[in-house]
Amino acid sequence: MMAVLGWVPVWRRNFLVWRKLALPSLLGNFGEPLFYLLALGYGFGSFIDQVQGMPYLMFLASGIVCGSAMNSATLEGLYSAYVRMSMQQTWEGILATPLSVRDVVVGEMMWTGTKALINSTPILVVAAALGAVHDWSALWALPVLLLAGLAFGAMALVVTSVATGFDFFMYYSTLIITPMFLLSGVFFPIEVMPGWVQGLAQWFPLTHVVAVVRPLVTGLPLVAPLLHLAVLAVCATAALTAATWLLRRRLIR
Amino acid sequence: MNGVAFTLAPVAAAPSAEAVVRAVGLTKLYGETPVVKGIDFSVYRGECVGLLGPNGAGKTTTLRLLLGTAHPSGGTLEVLGLPVPARAAEMRRRLGVVPQFDNLDPDFTVAENLQTYGSYFGLGRAALAERVPVLLEFAALTERAGAKISALSGGMKRRLTLARALINDPELLILDEPTTGLDPQARQLLWRRLRELLAAGKTLLLTTHYMEEAERLCDRIMVMDHGVILATGSPAELIRAHIEPQVVELFGPRAAEWLAAEGAGRAERTEEVGESVLCYLHDERPLLDALAAVEGLRFTHRRANLEDVFLKLTGRDLRTAS
Repeated sequence: MMAVLGWVPVWRRNFLVWRKLALPSLLGNFGEPLFYLLALGYGFGSFIDQVQGMPYLMFLASGIVCGSAMNSATLEGLYSAYVRMSMQQTWEGILATPLSVRDVVVGEMMWTGTKALINSTPILVVAAALGAVHDWSALWALPVLLLAGLAFGAMALVVTSVATGFDFFMYYSTLIITPMFLLSGVFFPIEVMPGWVQGLAQWFPLTHVVAVVRPLVTGLPLVAPLLHLAVLAVCATAALTAATWLLRRRLIR
Repeated sequence: MNGVAFTLAPVAAAPSAEAVVRAVGLTKLYGETPVVKGIDFSVYRGECVGLLGPNGAGKTTTLRLLLGTAHPSGGTLEVLGLPVPARAAEMRRRLGVVPQFDNLDPDFTVAENLQTYGSYFGLGRAALAERVPVLLEFAALTERAGAKISALSGGMKRRLTLARALINDPELLILDEPTTGLDPQARQLLWRRLRELLAAGKTLLLTTHYMEEAERLCDRIMVMDHGVILATGSPAELIRAHIEPQVVELFGPRAAEWLAAEGAGRAERTEEVGESVLCYLHDERPLLDALAAVEGLRFTHRRANLEDVFLKLTGRDLRTAS
């Protein structure tokens, strides 16, 4: 049992810590996207007639929900995981029990996916309340956001596994995450970008998240969803494998 | 897992011949640097073994090897009858660990720390409901069950870490410097708890910098330095086997002067430690008489102890070695 489900107590530990502060953090989860959508959605939206045949608010909401999944999974996999690994030595404590490095990494990755859901679901709710969600098929976006969280969380854990301190995360944030957030079609369609940016954007996992989630939320036709999901699954698996290997090297000396 | 809560009822108080740790030619290299150099040792069920040595001697690495969180470069290792690291995860079900630095979960209360740690062993709600109160009592933390970790004293944290290591009712406990940094009272309380565990049949392997701790708790001591075990035996055996029984200790600036002038002829062996000179001999009377005649020289006479053994074997004063 332990070999298969050993990650569950690791996930559960993080969940229990989160639950202690759940109320204030949930308020933030609802509050921030609400203001984003109000300010940008109505603000920019008043200058923009329609984007891809929908109001800008709707376009933006379906993108921000993806960006939020990425950002929350990334933050959790970088800073919070690093604190558990380094400052608190939580993982060292866990590795003195029957659990393995793989259990720790999978448990942490599952938790980043959970955090992605916890943070992006309220945005969908707010968007729905503002009339920016097409119909109930938007619920299908949730498993996609979970998968996105797992992929971005695992990628962050790769960075954490070789990190020497918090400063180290700046490179990843500014060189990878920020460009991805801005150029993956969250705020505007990538088709309006120069050709080379469009080509670059295809290499961003977030582009593939948006490509599936936006149609599900806004009622646009889904194009090649399995291909996009496969890209995310490959990212998640490859990053998980790399993070496990790197952390084993770091923790088992 | 037998499902029975940890109790203090004696099971097998006397050390038996069953080895719970068996290391043969155990070696660990970090890069090209050997840290543990082919050591052989055993720990028998029910005994308390102290691993004594200065920092950098290889003690913590040896413990990590036993735990399976460091993989040996050579040799064979068996813990609780299982090969390590091959079956370390299985072995750790029956092992308890008190690490050198507290890694309690600061986000949880005292009781939650025990519950969460128990969940890593797959312990369910029922088992935890039974064990946690017993362990809180054992750690004298029942009143503090709902306290935050940051509100605990150093001694309380150590007792909680010890209680946490017992959550799976382990057969073998590994403790890395369990009382370092504690005040004398907190240390006394922890020692009492460790003796209770020994009386309950647990096997203890600990590292320490404190001679008093080693002499009080340990049935056997292994003195380690530079990755090698220099000597093994009970405290009394080590003293008998390695050094002269009497020590005359000279203090102050004149001590070195005296040593240079006539020390060699008066004592069987001398050691200089800081501003003191230690003279080792079998009959202390002639030396004490001679010293009494020297003006301005302070000195004292005592019986040889483990500290002296350590000094001779490692060439280092344990108090400054850390």
